[in-house]
Amino acid sequence: MSVFSLRDIRKSFAGNAILKGVSLEAEAGEFIALVGPSGCGKSTLLRIVAGLDHADSGEIRIGDREMSQLTAADRNIAMVFQSYALYPHLTAGQNIAVPLAMRKLTGMQRLPVIGALLPGQRQICADIQRQVRAMAVSLKIDHLLDRKPGQMSGGQRQRVALARAMVRNPSVFLMDEPLSNLDANLRVHARGEIVDLHRRAGVPTLYVTHDQSEALSMADRVAVMIRGNLLQLAAPQTIYDDPSHIEVARFIGQPRINLLPSKKDAHGVVQFGALRLTSLPEALGETGVTLGVRPEFVRLRTEGQGALAARVERLEFLGSEVIVFAKLAGIGETMLAKVTPGEARGLVAGQAIGLDMDPAHVMLFAEDGRRLPAAPVSAVLRETTRG
Amino acid sequence: MADIALPFSAVDTAGRREARTAWLLASPAILLMLLFIVLPTIAVIVLGFTDFELGYGSFRFVGLENYAELISDRTFRRSLWNTTVYTAIVTPVSIVLGLGIALLIESEPRGRDFFRTVYFLPVASLLVAMATVWQYLFHPGIGPLNTFLALFGIPGPNWLGASSTVIYGLSIIGIWQSVGFNMVLFLAGLTAIPRELYSAAEVDGVKSSIDRFRLVTWPMLGPTTLFVTTISVINSVKVFETVKTLTEGGPNKASEVLLWTIYQEGFIFLRVGYASAMTVVFLAILVVLMVLQYRFLDRRVHYT
Repeated sequence: MSVFSLRDIRKSFAGNAILKGVSLEAEAGEFIALVGPSGCGKSTLLRIVAGLDHADSGEIRIGDREMSQLTAADRNIAMVFQSYALYPHLTAGQNIAVPLAMRKLTGMQRLPVIGALLPGQRQICADIQRQVRAMAVSLKIDHLLDRKPGQMSGGQRQRVALARAMVRNPSVFLMDEPLSNLDANLRVHARGEIVDLHRRAGVPTLYVTHDQSEALSMADRVAVMIRGNLLQLAAPQTIYDDPSHIEVARFIGQPRINLLPSKKDAHGVVQFGALRLTSLPEALGETGVTLGVRPEFVRLRTEGQGALAARVERLEFLGSEVIVFAKLAGIGETMLAKVTPGEARGLVAGQAIGLDMDPAHVMLFAEDGRRLPAAPVSAVLRETTRG
Repeated sequence: MADIALPFSAVDTAGRREARTAWLLASPAILLMLLFIVLPTIAVIVLGFTDFELGYGSFRFVGLENYAELISDRTFRRSLWNTTVYTAIVTPVSIVLGLGIALLIESEPRGRDFFRTVYFLPVASLLVAMATVWQYLFHPGIGPLNTFLALFGIPGPNWLGASSTVIYGLSIIGIWQSVGFNMVLFLAGLTAIPRELYSAAEVDGVKSSIDRFRLVTWPMLGPTTLFVTTISVINSVKVFETVKTLTEGGPNKASEVLLWTIYQEGFIFLRVGYASAMTVVFLAILVVLMVLQYRFLDRRVHYT
């Protein structure tokens, strides 16, 4: 059962379509990462879910309630902002207490001096204090409760922001690039912590990031957004191995995927160097196609061998692996190959080499970016003759 | 020994040369400040201990005689009191109104520039010229203000002509003049508040605009409010043009204010020594107010 769903969310600003019909469903306790290049609409989508912006059309459901007409305050969602948005004049403890105080105390009870005289106020305040402390202890920030945000480090502020969001058991948890203001080491550490917190709280989470490694490493499912469209929503492994669209393939993967322009003949066969692929049973007909192959499925051969002739442009040494940049003879595209340092030993810039692509891992994309089925011709032939 | 000392002395020379350049670069500003701020202040303090009168060639030091006279001077005490009343009215009212108008203008993008300009006009206009307009507005017979009050059967007072109301009349003009200035400062302060704080407040369950104001706007405006308060107090204590053009301290010394009294003593009665003593008191009041404000409020409005 989906606990949270978006249907056909559309939004435009001043005639510019920012979101072009985004739909998404989250299961109970699921962690979904919304990833995409900047300007793809992911933050706008998050603000719409939060109720801070309103969609032009579409439906937002949490549980079985339609939310799009409710204000942010009524939605029972929690959000962690990129800048953390802590109230600088309040201590960490007071910051964490704000969402509780706003919901449990009346306006009168929140007044200084007068509030304390009203019946029941003391009881509720003690309650809030207890919850704040419990939350702080579980995030290991109880020693910071009396400090103001200005006296805390970035990592500490980020935890306070998390605590403020989690303290009142929201039904959906939204995070807008919460790690982008941390330094690299802390960021990797904080990833693990957020995933851990999410597992403990079990609240469905929508996590916006532009960092694909964050998305792939943290999320149960990754939603890739490009130019206002949600192109693919799938498990990280599927997103990487089996992208449904050329833009997804292009955006996900570090180093980037190799994309090579090619042609499909009338029989649905694509020939590239010595490689022959068929896109059957997809439509026949002569069109342009793009071949995609991840750098780890490109192998180095000596000069004159392999399917493609190329010349080494430069090498990037990354410790456990080496990225070889090689310019293809003929079409002039630069291919990336991810190889072990052993395989790259002795390579120098300018050297002529041969490249092979693992035919089982070559993807085909149509001109409009759609993924096409692809299989090595020999394999297909074998199957048709057998069948 | 010399080998070791050499690098240190080289560093020393470089440091000294840098310091010399720094002083050289700062000297024009230092010179101007000495000439136009420090020296006149010292001159005023010194003159305050003399019986110097303009036109006489010589003067003698009289010690604290001027200050002793000030304490028993009924005009001076009256003018101190009037200035206090004027400041106590104009400062809070113009701050509250300025903030209110800034909030209204900020919350509605339509006509923002228009209203900002309209409210800022009094700041840009010449108060001496506008005083004539106010004289007409406040006129007991033909003035629109009293005509308006008469519509509701309220007999309007002789605003600037009666000793019981003149300080309030002047206060209204003072407020009219400073609201626009305060508004512009508050507008600048409002635009500096991070939008994400408002978003966070909304997500945290803040529904009413009063709560939003209490949780975000007011605390975040702290530094602006402190600055606006400081400027407003200084401007109120310095009230002079309206008094000079409209009431001349009257009727019956009911609108005697500090600057007016100092002006009278110094430039009409030519008792420069006595006026200087008043000026020293005037400066001391301002300095004490500023120190108090920054001592007690500064730490409460800056959070980092």
